[in-house]
Amino acid sequence: MSTATLEKNDSGSPSGAADSGAAHLITVTFRIRRFNPEVSDEARWQDFTLEIDPKERVLDALHQIKWELDGTLTFRRSCAHGICGSDAMRINGRNRLACKTLIKDIGPEKPITVEPIKGLTVLKDLVVDMEPFFQAYRDVMPFLVTTGNEPTRERLQSPEDRERFDDTTKCILCAACTSSCPVFWNDGQYFGPAAIVNAHRFIFDSRDEAGEQRLEILNDKDGVWRCRTTFNCTDACPRGIEVTKAIQEVKRALITRRF
Amino acid sequence: MSTTETTESKTTDEPGGPADSVALYDVDHPAPVIEPPRKRTAKTPKASRGNFEMQTWLFMRLSGIVLVVLVLGHLLIQLVLDGGVSKIGFAFVAGRWASPFWQVWDLLMLWLAMLHGANGLRTVINDYAERDNTRFWLKMLLYAATVFTVLLGTLVIFTFDPNIR
Ligand code: HEM
Ligand code: SF4
Ligand code: FES
Repeated sequence: MSTATLEKNDSGSPSGAADSGAAHLITVTFRIRRFNPEVSDEARWQDFTLEIDPKERVLDALHQIKWELDGTLTFRRSCAHGICGSDAMRINGRNRLACKTLIKDIGPEKPITVEPIKGLTVLKDLVVDMEPFFQAYRDVMPFLVTTGNEPTRERLQSPEDRERFDDTTKCILCAACTSSCPVFWNDGQYFGPAAIVNAHRFIFDSRDEAGEQRLEILNDKDGVWRCRTTFNCTDACPRGIEVTKAIQEVKRALITRRF
Repeated sequence: MSTTETTESKTTDEPGGPADSVALYDVDHPAPVIEPPRKRTAKTPKASRGNFEMQTWLFMRLSGIVLVVLVLGHLLIQLVLDGGVSKIGFAFVAGRWASPFWQVWDLLMLWLAMLHGANGLRTVINDYAERDNTRFWLKMLLYAATVFTVLLGTLVIFTFDPNIR
């Protein structure tokens, strides 16, 4: 572990110092879904048992495994602080960000399972191909669309107008919601909650002028009408976005704009 | 620090190379990955036009509201009031269908419940059938059963003869 300093060695017994340093550690088993296409076409479970502070996060445990036990363990992470959206994974059967999940909160007495998110092609271990997810995202035109000349200053908006779509601006595109949706699991044709959330962010923005176009895109047979209101997406979202509510608001907008 | 690594007993191979069996896959020949479902290919259907899915979604809600009255009323009359199930017989049915009110009630309930149930099963098939072929034939079976039941039921309600023997 940490290199003991000379003074410490002088002042007390080395074993006693090591014991007190390790007192807060607990033994946790991580059961990780491994897949390596260069070895086998079958995924398998592998257990890693390690001593770790329960106040650490699942991401720290994955780091410890990768850095100290098995360098081949493959997963995505970038910011490690819940903002880049790259480490969504299925932990104990629920989609979460590994970097926002404390070990003490998810029952470390039993083995903690870690799997890739479902419904997307697994490339290696916990890394999935996110392309279909981003394809659906691009399909809803997630950018400001306006007509006329560009203003010479900011496009102003009242606090109320800004508040209207505030919730859906928080999305970090982690895919926890879309890959928790049973409708998406089946054939992957459903646009998925994340694409709808990001369409909602512009549909209800008073400065944007392509709301009608985005509504038409989501009126597709694989659009919002495939939503069965299971609330898996709302439960999964690490940003606390009311995803199902956003989907419901898009449905309502589609109906009230015609009737 | 004390860390131990255990793999499941049935897997003896180390990551990086199987121990005993002949390696089927290696760096130059990786296992095939499953095609991403939403990838655009020549076979990908065009985006759908029209409001069919919106209309069926609305229909489920509106027919549901009407069905609450029709079905609960139906169950109450058939199973609870006036002696419960024991009263139901040929004469009871004949007596009720003599009135156009109950004819319309039952006809409406038949059509709404059948279309509602059929559309509900259509979404279930869409959500669960994995292959296009399975999906197609399950839906054909569903539509055939629905048309048959709706037509037969309608025929019976309109041609019911209380004097049949
Ligand atoms: C009693 C009044 C009823 C109400 C209020 C009602 C309401 C609904 C609603 C709102 C849905 C849509 C759910 C969704 O889109 O996620 C639905 C689905 C469905 N309903 Fe009904 N319904 C009623 C009676 C019936 C009856 C009598 C049948 C059978 C003939 C039936 C069969 C179904 C089926 C198979 C589904 C699809 C299940 C699903 O989508 O998960 N319902 N119902
Ligand atoms: S809505 Fe939430 S769960 Fe879905 S991609 Fe955005 S941040 Fe992730
Ligand atoms: S590593 Fe960036 S969100 Fe977890």
